[in-house]
Amino acid sequence: MATLTEKMPLVATDAALDRAISERIDRLLDQRLEAKLAELKAARTPSMTIIATKGTLDWGYPPFILASTASALGWDVSIFFTFYGLELLKKDLRKLKVSPLGNPAMPMKMPMGPAWFRSIQWNIPNAVQSLIPAYEAFATKMMKKTIKKSGVADLAELRGLCIEAGVNLIACQMTVDLFGYKREQFIPEVKDYVGAATFLPMAKDADVSLFI
Amino acid sequence: MDFDKELDARGLSCPLPILKTKKSLNELTSGQVLKVVATDPGSIKDMQAFATQTGNPLLSSAEENKTYVFYLKKK
Repeated sequence: MATLTEKMPLVATDAALDRAISERIDRLLDQRLEAKLAELKAARTPSMTIIATKGTLDWGYPPFILASTASALGWDVSIFFTFYGLELLKKDLRKLKVSPLGNPAMPMKMPMGPAWFRSIQWNIPNAVQSLIPAYEAFATKMMKKTIKKSGVADLAELRGLCIEAGVNLIACQMTVDLFGYKREQFIPEVKDYVGAATFLPMAKDADVSLFI
Repeated sequence: MDFDKELDARGLSCPLPILKTKKSLNELTSGQVLKVVATDPGSIKDMQAFATQTGNPLLSSAEENKTYVFYLKKK
């Protein structure tokens, strides 16, 4: 880069003047830089990317709750659905299930009856759970009832709110092929079917990137 | 306090009170006031965060009998 002396021979042959100008610019830069950075930071829209990899009822909630809330706060949000996460893009979310089998963290409480009954934690061993027919269907039903009773949104409603709020729902094309799915099985609002190489740059620029 | 629209978010849990508040605010014009009634105890902090993040001032936040009443102004 040409020095002041080379660019403006007439004016800047004076080395002292050159130095004075440099020092002045340095001082101004220090003051202005901080103010400018703060300005840019305030004007920036926060963004979030989520990679959703699970397809059960319980795991369906975190991506949609986080995405819808971030959207409500004014953020730009994109969710990349891959592997079992694709289940969350299917047309009928009522098919999603939850299983207590091998799921020691799941609270097993009945959502109905008197308070003392509802507070019982039914610890049924896996070996027994696996023998009872329709056990998963029952557990799913109880979970849905618990969710409804506590006023938490229905999953389809949450997804709808995300779509309304402009959250980008992006599907992993590779998984679609892997599991032999057809695009007609998914909701039409899916923004795009892409690969990791397309999604990763979005994640790089986001303020928050989550793997669910 | 005067308000231009009321949102009944009673019985709704996180994140519904905030999501519905956002939706309701969209329908107001700048300067109008939205009254939100909620029963979710988390909504106190949530409304505060929502107001700060989106720049729609929280004019007041009060509790009566496990019910929370918020007044937000559309910026």
